[in-house]
Amino acid sequence: MVETMILVPGRSQKQGTSLVAGKLKDEYKRVTSTAELNEKDMRRLKLKDGDKIRLKSDVGQTVVTCIAKKDADLPSGMIFIPYGPPSSELMAHDTAGSGMPLSKHMEVKVSKV
Amino acid sequence: MSSELKIVNGRVYDPKNNIDGKVQDVYVRDGKIVESVSSSATKIDAHGMVVMPGAVDIHCHIAGPKVNLARKLQPEDHRLDVHPKTAVTRSGTGGVVPSTFATGYRYATMGYTTAMEAAVPPITARHVLEELDDTPVIDKGFYVLLGNNAFLYKLLKEGRKKEFQEAVAWWIDSVHGYALKLVNPGSDELWKGRKNANITDVNEKIDHYDITPMHVIESFIEAADELGLPHPPHIHCNNLGHSGNISTTLDTMKAAEGRRVHMAHIQFHSFGGEINKNAVSGVKPIIDFINANENITTDVGQVMFGKATAMTADAPLAWMLRNVKFNKWVNADTECESGCGIIPFSYQESVYTHALQWAMGLELFLMSKDPWRVLLSTDHPNGGSFMSYPKLIKLLMDSAYRKEAIEHVNQKAINKTVLRELTREYTLSEIAIITRAGPARALGLENKGHLGRGADADITIYTEEEDKEQMFNAPRYVIKDGVLVIKDHEFATDHKGKILHCKPGYNADIADEIEPFFEDYYSVKFSNYAVSEDYLHHHEVIPTHPKDS
Amino acid sequence: MVEATQTKSKESKNIKIVKDATCTFCGCVCDDMELTVDLDEHRITKAKKACVLGRAWFYEHTIDDRPVVLIDGKEATLEEGIETAAQVLVDAKFPITYGLSDSTCEAQRVAVEIMDIINGSIDTTTSVCHGPSGMAFQGVGESTATLGEIKNRADLVIYWGGNPAESHPRHFTKYAVTPKGMYIPNGKKDRTVVLVDVRRTPSTPLADIFVLIKPGKDFEVLWALRALVKGKKISENIEKDTGVSREVLDDLVSRMKNAQYGVLFFGMGLTMTRGRHFNSGAILSLASDLNEFTHFVAKPVRGHGNVTGADNVVSWQTGYPFGVNFNRGFPRFNPGEFTTTDVFSRGEADAAMIIASDPASNFPKKAIEHMKKIPIISLDAKDTCTSKIAKVRFAVATYGINTGGTVYRMDDVPISLRPAFDSPFPSDQEVLEGIRNRVKELLKGDKARLAA
Repeated sequence: MVETMILVPGRSQKQGTSLVAGKLKDEYKRVTSTAELNEKDMRRLKLKDGDKIRLKSDVGQTVVTCIAKKDADLPSGMIFIPYGPPSSELMAHDTAGSGMPLSKHMEVKVSKV
Repeated sequence: MSSELKIVNGRVYDPKNNIDGKVQDVYVRDGKIVESVSSSATKIDAHGMVVMPGAVDIHCHIAGPKVNLARKLQPEDHRLDVHPKTAVTRSGTGGVVPSTFATGYRYATMGYTTAMEAAVPPITARHVLEELDDTPVIDKGFYVLLGNNAFLYKLLKEGRKKEFQEAVAWWIDSVHGYALKLVNPGSDELWKGRKNANITDVNEKIDHYDITPMHVIESFIEAADELGLPHPPHIHCNNLGHSGNISTTLDTMKAAEGRRVHMAHIQFHSFGGEINKNAVSGVKPIIDFINANENITTDVGQVMFGKATAMTADAPLAWMLRNVKFNKWVNADTECESGCGIIPFSYQESVYTHALQWAMGLELFLMSKDPWRVLLSTDHPNGGSFMSYPKLIKLLMDSAYRKEAIEHVNQKAINKTVLRELTREYTLSEIAIITRAGPARALGLENKGHLGRGADADITIYTEEEDKEQMFNAPRYVIKDGVLVIKDHEFATDHKGKILHCKPGYNADIADEIEPFFEDYYSVKFSNYAVSEDYLHHHEVIPTHPKDS
Repeated sequence: MVEATQTKSKESKNIKIVKDATCTFCGCVCDDMELTVDLDEHRITKAKKACVLGRAWFYEHTIDDRPVVLIDGKEATLEEGIETAAQVLVDAKFPITYGLSDSTCEAQRVAVEIMDIINGSIDTTTSVCHGPSGMAFQGVGESTATLGEIKNRADLVIYWGGNPAESHPRHFTKYAVTPKGMYIPNGKKDRTVVLVDVRRTPSTPLADIFVLIKPGKDFEVLWALRALVKGKKISENIEKDTGVSREVLDDLVSRMKNAQYGVLFFGMGLTMTRGRHFNSGAILSLASDLNEFTHFVAKPVRGHGNVTGADNVVSWQTGYPFGVNFNRGFPRFNPGEFTTTDVFSRGEADAAMIIASDPASNFPKKAIEHMKKIPIISLDAKDTCTSKIAKVRFAVATYGINTGGTVYRMDDVPISLRPAFDSPFPSDQEVLEGIRNRVKELLKGDKARLAA
């Protein structure tokens, strides 16, 4: 099953602390490749915590681990992921003349790996 | 190695030393004016040229947070006026708020070698010093905004005059400032704390403090007098720009009671008429009072038609202008210390108020009886860019040119002034006073503004021309600290000027009083507030002359 | 400026305490740290008052065992690194310098100078952070304040599109929400806190009012608020379109107009999404509009330690805040043309100097692909994806931990750093000054050759 969702990369505390420890270290890589999904969306996609999912945008794709967030905390249809190389892989380069890619709002296709 | 220079055959204008256009030589060694030099000195033949000390701008806004916000705010203004690099100088952008490098070079290309940044919230002093370090050629200092300072107000409320004076001295010393600056005293608290209100009367109580603007003004005049600061309090009065503000301005000047005071950009404070009605010129009573009272100095704050930028610690004023223009507007509150407003502005010949202000500025110059005390400024960039000084000089020196200019502006406004009747023409010597000797004297800069022995060798040499705007627009040579910076109108080298600042004495115990206030109400640590001397680079301490010593 | 430091011996260890040190992890730039430094181990063992991010910043910046310079992956001396870097820059036709947000103003000033000398481009991480807010500022201005003013006066604090609890942990506790201030004697009790976001975050529990908004609909909500503030009609479909009901909007408008001193803090939830600078412009305009009724300010919650300093330095030297090009011998500004993402994505730059940032990990894929094709000069305190692909890689000391200098807090307040311990690595300022001096010499040589 493939669904289209909005991916919102952002900062998190662990992203921040693992970043200073070193971007080439395992912890940073783990943190930036763990995505949060709405619990109902996960059930519908037959996903459980720790499963791998493929995120695919117009420009690239990446495989990350998913974990569930409560429906009240993360609305259905949204995915949150801490910034990092996996989110960059999906980011389009068009800045619409602003210098800024749409790095916090990406349409992605989600599927279970 | 000593470097020597001799300037020969020039017509010298050095009013402080009573030299008025006499052809004589000027000698320079190691950055200072001397009585003679050796035969190997570099010679500049100034035949047919006018030699003057480097000019001194007593009031301008050229560095620091508000200036940088105004720079960022107006890319449209930079695009039209680029400042290319040369083999020896950095690039930049111009417009009415130029980049730092362009500011320094452009001042130099107009014969200015010293300029004073007129309004700095002390918490931002590091920023100001960093920008001034990137402002080449000229010497510079800055005035510290203390007239709305919450801690000082607390001391005044408690009636602790001595501690107030100690704290004032501590502040100047801690941030390496040059003079005390008051802007619309009392207004900050009303602006920030009472939903954008403003002070309207010098005798009105300031919220929370049980003191009045008049009380603040008197206290600072007394403090500067006691501390013996080289420049007295530099005051931007209450009610700037409001019709009928002359009564406020006169009250402020009277508060000095014979002690020195400097009235900033007096044109903006010389409106007659009634409050909230159409303004008329109120210049006569103001200039009469200044003429009669030798303790007062002022800079005119001339309005020049064209692009300007209102940039002020007087936040309510900028808000008033915003509600006239509905242009993009910046407001910036600084904790415990200041307000700030910025708005791009254009003065237009056809607009009544603008033409009136232009005429009022000229009235002030032309009705002044003492050029040593009524000094040239446009309150750059508030009344117009410093780049318009040569045009202003032409307006003062050439009555035919002025007469023609008067015909091109709003006649209704001109009719509210006596400008048409004023036929006076400034002489070169008087120009040298209002741009050099006068500001240097008002600032207490004994080595500036003249060419006597021991003076800083800051010298400008102009080709003598009939068109005074053309003449003052492009000096042939500019010498800074004895270095030939501009030669035949071109930059021969880059040069770094110095920071001018004061170190008034005070009892260090005052810091123990200030510290707890910081911990409660500031967002930076007290120990991180005072600015290290590392930020001064090349600098000079201008001595104070305290009363009790 | 190094002062207020003491050395004492404890358990035969060489320990130093640095009081009132400054943390430069995020734009809060908290200057009240008390650092315990183990001078033998070259590490900070305790950082009193630091938040979780600050502690990581102080504890993780130790002295790594790595060469000062790598050229094409091979160890080299500092001089060789400077020589190669200068040659790369001088040979390039369209070089760009990018980054600078984790660097002192002193270093930033030199970086701009180098680009001025060689007619290159200068851009900072601002362009992918609050660059859109900078563009909005140019359009509509801004009513703003220092953080101490917020602490002393703000009775209505609104956060929009940000998660300070995780990105700026002490923003709430040191500056804007919990502290007591001059006219806020009871701290948080005297303030109403509103949070607007597309999801619940660890920041949400702090808010008195949480407004959940549909992703990408910030502009619509802000514009509706502006209309309501001015007493104008808004669409009846507002809730369907944005997820925010008319009742919630009316309540917000009433609170904003009736506040004594209100503040709108905004994060990259506005600048990095649909609308970008229009979103920033809308929120800045809303704050300005509200001044017709009360006192209102707005403030972007800036990210890295000295990104605000980078904005200031580039602005005072060139007149423009970021995305500046010197090809014609004077500064030109054009986001989209001279901003780094675009320059790389279009395959334009033929050399790049990357200072204290990691575009090879954060930029769009197409931009990164171009970076791999051109010579990169990298200056960073840590190895990053960017330093891995650099032709010349300098290991530099960490600002604020090993070096002094000036940084600007998110509200433009400048602060001097107090270094904790020495580093064997040069500061980025020293490396940049070396490169600048060598670049000048090389260019002089070129001119002499041409003349001959």
